[in-house]
Amino acid sequence: MDEARPAASLVVVRGIGKIFRNGIVALADVDLSVQAGTFVSLLGPSGCGKSTLLRIIAGLAPHSSGTVTWSHEPSRRSIGFVFQEPTLMPWATVWENVYLPLRLAGTSRGDAGAAIERMITAVGLGGFERVYPRELSGGMRMRVSIARALVTRPQLLLLDEPFAALDEITRFRLNEDLLRLWRDYDCTVVFVTHSVFESVFLSERIVIMTKRPGRVAYEVPVDLAYPREDSLRTTPAYSEQCRHVSLKLAEASQ
Amino acid sequence: MNGGWHTALARIAAPLAVGIGVLALWQGLVELNHVPPYILPGPVLVARTLATDGPSLLGSLWVTLRITLSALAAAVFFGGLLAVLFAQSRLLERCLFPYAVILQVTPIVSIAPLIIIWINNTFLSLLVCAWIVAFFPVVANTTLGLNSADRNLAALFHLYGASRWQVLRYLKAPSALPYFLTGVRISGGLALIGAVVAEFVAGTGGSETGLASRILEAGYRLEIPRMFAALLLLSLTGILLFAVLSWISQRLLAHWHESALPQEE
Repeated sequence: MDEARPAASLVVVRGIGKIFRNGIVALADVDLSVQAGTFVSLLGPSGCGKSTLLRIIAGLAPHSSGTVTWSHEPSRRSIGFVFQEPTLMPWATVWENVYLPLRLAGTSRGDAGAAIERMITAVGLGGFERVYPRELSGGMRMRVSIARALVTRPQLLLLDEPFAALDEITRFRLNEDLLRLWRDYDCTVVFVTHSVFESVFLSERIVIMTKRPGRVAYEVPVDLAYPREDSLRTTPAYSEQCRHVSLKLAEASQ
Repeated sequence: MNGGWHTALARIAAPLAVGIGVLALWQGLVELNHVPPYILPGPVLVARTLATDGPSLLGSLWVTLRITLSALAAAVFFGGLLAVLFAQSRLLERCLFPYAVILQVTPIVSIAPLIIIWINNTFLSLLVCAWIVAFFPVVANTTLGLNSADRNLAALFHLYGASRWQVLRYLKAPSALPYFLTGVRISGGLALIGAVVAEFVAGTGGSETGLASRILEAGYRLEIPRMFAALLLLSLTGILLFAVLSWISQRLLAHWHESALPQEE
C-alpha cells in the first residue's frame, strides 16, 4: 500500500539444487531474490536449468536441496504461469480458456464475466471471445495464454520462453504489450529467455546462468528507462547494453 | 466451386458406378450360366425376395437391433465408467486391465454356449455376449484418452489447486472425448457382430428370433435368396450404425478436433 516502502523481496530462492533421476545435475546452489514489482529475466544457454528453476519457483517441480521462501504465504491464485507453447484447451473458446483459473477457484460465470472480458480486451483480443484456439495465429494464442495467466491478478507472473516460437515482428509487438501489462497489472515478472535482445528490452535486471549445472553467474542491471517502446531497439544505449550482456553471457557459457 | 462439385460427384459416383457394374456382372453371369438360385441367386431375385419377405425379416432385424443397441449402450456406459476408474487409480488399472484383455481375446463363440446356459433369459444372454465383444474398445480407447491430457495443462490445473473432480471434468474428459468416440464407433460394429454370433450359437429356438437365426433357418431349408436378403439387411444395418456414430462423433468434435476439421483450401 505504501508507495515509499523500499522494494521488498517477494520470493527468495536459497541454495536450490536439482538432480534429475538419471543423475544429471540441472541446478547447483542457485540463489535468487525477486523484488516485488520488478521485471527479472533469467538468461542462459539451453540446458542451463532456467526453465527448471522457474518450475521450482512455481511449485510445479520438486527440488533436491535449498529453499523457496515467499514474503507472505501465497494463496495458489497468486501465481500466473505462461508456458513455451500457448497450452490452451483446444475444445474451449478464448473466453472459456481465460475463464479456467477462475472456474477452478469456484467463481461463477456471471461473477467472472466482467474480469474476463476486460482481460481479453487488455491483451488486444476484444471481439475474439467466441473463437476457438485453432482459428487464431500463434501470436494471438500466446495472448490468450497471457490473459489466462493474468486474469487472477497474480502477484507473480512466470513466463517460460513464451515468445521463442514466434516470428520476430510478432515477438517485438508482444514484448511491448507485455511491458504495458506488467505496468497496468502491477505484478512481479520472472521471464525465462535465451535471447539477449529480448532480455535487455524487457527487464530491469538480468540473471545470467551458467551451463550445466546451472548456477547464477552474473546479475546485470539494465540501465534503460521505462516506458520502453519499439524505437528503443535502434538506439545506441540499447545496443551497448546488449553488447555488455552478450559478453557476460559468453563468459558464463564457457 | 466447380472443383468442389466435381469432387463431390466423383466421391459418390465412382463407388456407385463400381457397385452397379459388379451387380450387373453378377446378374449377367448367373443368367448366362443358368446358376440355380439355391446355389447363387442373382441380385434381382434377392431384391424381389427382400420385397416379399421384407416385413417378416424386418421383425427379426428389430430383435437383432435391440440386442445390438442395448449391448452398445451397456458397453459405452460400463466401458466409460471403468476407464474413468482406471484414470483415478493406477493400481486399479493394473489389477483389472489384464482381465479385460482376457475377456477381449477369448473368442466369443467359445464362451457364448456357457453364457446361454447360465443366463436363462435369451435376450439377456445374447445381450451379455454382444456386450463382451463390444466393451473393450471403449475401455481401451477411453483409458488412453484420459491419460493423454496435455502435461502442461495438467501442471496448470495443479497450480490452480484443481480438485480431482475438476481435473476429470475440465481436463481429462474433454481430452479423452475423441478417443472415446473412436472406441464407440468400433464398438458399434462389434456389438452387431457379437449379437449375430451369439444368435448363431443360441440357434433357432425361441419365439422371437433375430436375423442370424433367420439366416440359419433359411440355410437349412436351402432358401438361399432369403439368406442373401437377410445378409443384405444385416450389412445395411452395420453401415447405418457406423454412419450414425460417425455423424455424432463429427458433430461433437466439429469445433476443435483435427479429425473433424474441413479440408484446407
